Amino acid sequence: MAEDGKEESVATDDESDHTAADGTGSLNNTMVEEGSTLLRRMEICVAEAEKRSGKNAVNMQETFTVYLIETRPMDAVVEGRNPAPDALWRRYSEFELLRNYLIVTYPYIVVPPLPEKRAEFVWHKLSADNMDPDFVERRRVGLENFLLRVASHPVLSNDQILYHFLTEEHGWKEVVYETGFQAKADSRLRALSATFRVRNPDKRFMEMKHYSDELQSHTSQLLRARARVADRLYGVYKVHGNYGRVFSEWSAIEKEMGDGLQSAGHHMDAYAASIDDILEEEEHYADQMKEYLFYAEALRAVCRKHELTQFELEMASQDLISKKQQREELATGIVRTFSFKGMTNKLFGQEAPEQREARLKLLEELIAEGEETVKEKTLECEEHVEKAWVDMQRFKEQKDKDLREALINYAVMQISMCKKGIQVWGNAKECFLKM
Amino acid sequence: MARQLRLSSPASASSLFNRLQLDDDLEADVRDLYASTETRDLFVTVDDPKKHVSTMETYITYRVSTKTTRIEFDLPEYCVRRRYQDFDWLRIKLEDSQPTHLIPPLPEKFVMKGVVDRFSEEFVETRMKALDKFLKRVADHPVLSFNPHLNAFLSVKDLNKRQGLALLTKVGESVKHVAGGYKLRARPAEFCAMGEYLDTFSQKLGTIDRIAQRILKEQSEYLTELREYGTVYSSWATSEEELQRPLEGVASCVKTCCGALEDQSESMSQDFLPVLREYVLYIESMKNVLRKRDQTQAEYEGRLEAAILRKQEDRTPMPVEVEKCQDKVECFNADLKADWERWQSNKRQDFKQLLTGMADRNINHYEKCQAAWESLITLLQDKQTEDKTSETN
Repeated sequence: MAEDGKEESVATDDESDHTAADGTGSLNNTMVEEGSTLLRRMEICVAEAEKRSGKNAVNMQETFTVYLIETRPMDAVVEGRNPAPDALWRRYSEFELLRNYLIVTYPYIVVPPLPEKRAEFVWHKLSADNMDPDFVERRRVGLENFLLRVASHPVLSNDQILYHFLTEEHGWKEVVYETGFQAKADSRLRALSATFRVRNPDKRFMEMKHYSDELQSHTSQLLRARARVADRLYGVYKVHGNYGRVFSEWSAIEKEMGDGLQSAGHHMDAYAASIDDILEEEEHYADQMKEYLFYAEALRAVCRKHELTQFELEMASQDLISKKQQREELATGIVRTFSFKGMTNKLFGQEAPEQREARLKLLEELIAEGEETVKEKTLECEEHVEKAWVDMQRFKEQKDKDLREALINYAVMQISMCKKGIQVWGNAKECFLKM
Repeated sequence: MARQLRLSSPASASSLFNRLQLDDDLEADVRDLYASTETRDLFVTVDDPKKHVSTMETYITYRVSTKTTRIEFDLPEYCVRRRYQDFDWLRIKLEDSQPTHLIPPLPEKFVMKGVVDRFSEEFVETRMKALDKFLKRVADHPVLSFNPHLNAFLSVKDLNKRQGLALLTKVGESVKHVAGGYKLRARPAEFCAMGEYLDTFSQKLGTIDRIAQRILKEQSEYLTELREYGTVYSSWATSEEELQRPLEGVASCVKTCCGALEDQSESMSQDFLPVLREYVLYIESMKNVLRKRDQTQAEYEGRLEAAILRKQEDRTPMPVEVEKCQDKVECFNADLKADWERWQSNKRQDFKQLLTGMADRNINHYEKCQAAWESLITLLQDKQTEDKTSETN
């Protein structure tokens, strides 16, 4: 899980060595280090969830949930002062807006995902209703996790829009739209979903993209299989409840065996009931897996962005080459490639020298522009590769650490379930022995 | 409930007694109502199934071993081979010669060919355990164990020659019953209570059987999903580096849990369900005895009534047959009550054993799973500290 900034005074954050893009002069903390993350300066948590009603964009009544974000300056916490936190309410769609802004603005970053919008991978007893209190609670945890991850990221945590999200309740949306990110978002969406062939993509990125597909596939398989297992296990436990009833009925016709049977029956009821808590706890494991299912998508997007920049570079280079060829043809008169101009020249005679001059001049201008474009695109591509590679490495380490911990926690849960089982059956056995 | 004791040499009654006392007592509170001491001097075991193929048929025989100090037997030890037919013969003989006693049931005689494989290991094993139980119950019974047919069954090499009369006897028996036809006036309350108890008990056992079967079914479906779940971790491991070992570790744990559950299910199927079903048969046997008792009483009441009417007419003394009938009824009632008591106490022991066995199986299953997951955590955490130390170095 994300570094927990709530209890500790200093989040252990060795990634702060990576330089942050911009300064954060608006914060009054004199202890700000270059590149230290927001989480070091500010305690953040999503404390509560509440239902609200209001009119939506088409003037219809709707119910939705809002989440309370509380923040406190870290130095106050460290010094032992306990000021009241600043707080504001946000709904899920605002979190989505924030994330979309971050994705567009930092295309070289594997942006942390939000908890799922709708309940998926549900096994039969679990509610798929968004208003279900368990779902809302898990979502609250997920949103907090999102904020903690973003606020501890060496690059993302310095973003101003993020800061405003956490501190300015009103008018935040307008500020986001004013950045004009929406336009970039639309074009980016189009570009990323288009198919194009890249000639020389960075091999590492292609491997990473392949890996992201694998990760997505495996985590979703895992979640599906786990839900089915949970469903079946629920059935096994619940059927044992029938023993409770029949033992009770049987005990009524027995003399010496009666008490033992009756008590054993109660333990069977307890056994059947125990599965509810066990599976509820397992949902947290499922949530951890889901986070990485969605993370895989974010990783893939970064790889796709690389493909896009590389493609644009290749296009620009190609364009430059062809323009230079045209210039050569004009200058030497030798036609290498077919062109209508060449044909008409042959048929109707060559154009006048003035016209040629004009065209040559235009071409030179275009070539100069083209060279600038190629330079830009090269730089863009290189920068993206460099920055993205750094973040992908960071992501890899985080993923390995988080998932290992998740697996350990899963094992702990299984052990706890076994211990409970042993206890209940041990109790039942005691009763049987007393029969 | 007889236990299997392995005696290397013929034992005297007292040393047998001593050995018995050392066992942890399952029967501490119930004492044999007939015998005045706790000595048991007849031990029987059914084991070692073997298939026999002849031109006419294929069948299974079992080894029946006997160790005894009773003088009714010529030798202290016997070892014979018997097939199901022979056990059936014995049971019929016992029913005929001891009509007032409860004869333990045999496992089902007929199995639908094609549905159940009569020669499969599981079937033979289950049937053998039931036959063993049957014989032990008979050997434990203070009256039945002295029956000469049992003696023959345990000692005679070739039983076939004696079986010739079996069929006729069986027919005769049923004729005897049908010919009864007397109507019962008033069944004593205690026998009514027995009948009601048996009905309810039988019903509850049926329910427990259904629940156990349902659990087995649910477990089987759970196992299918669990196996699939384990393979997901394995296949994920192939695309990871650092996480490969942890993921494979989880896959391996899941596999272990599958194996443990399979064992538990198989054990429930083989050991729990058959015993449960056999008890239902036992209840039916008991009900039969109650019916016979009712018949006997009805016959007596009928004859008595007839005799009283005749006496009023021509002053003849009470005929001997009526007195014999009365004796019969009183004997039957006494035997039945005694048998009922021992049946109840045996039932208590049997179910205590059956249910604690079920609990043990479940505990055993969870213990195996817990051990697997705990060793995984050790593995994963070792790796963690390994990484940490390599980081600081």
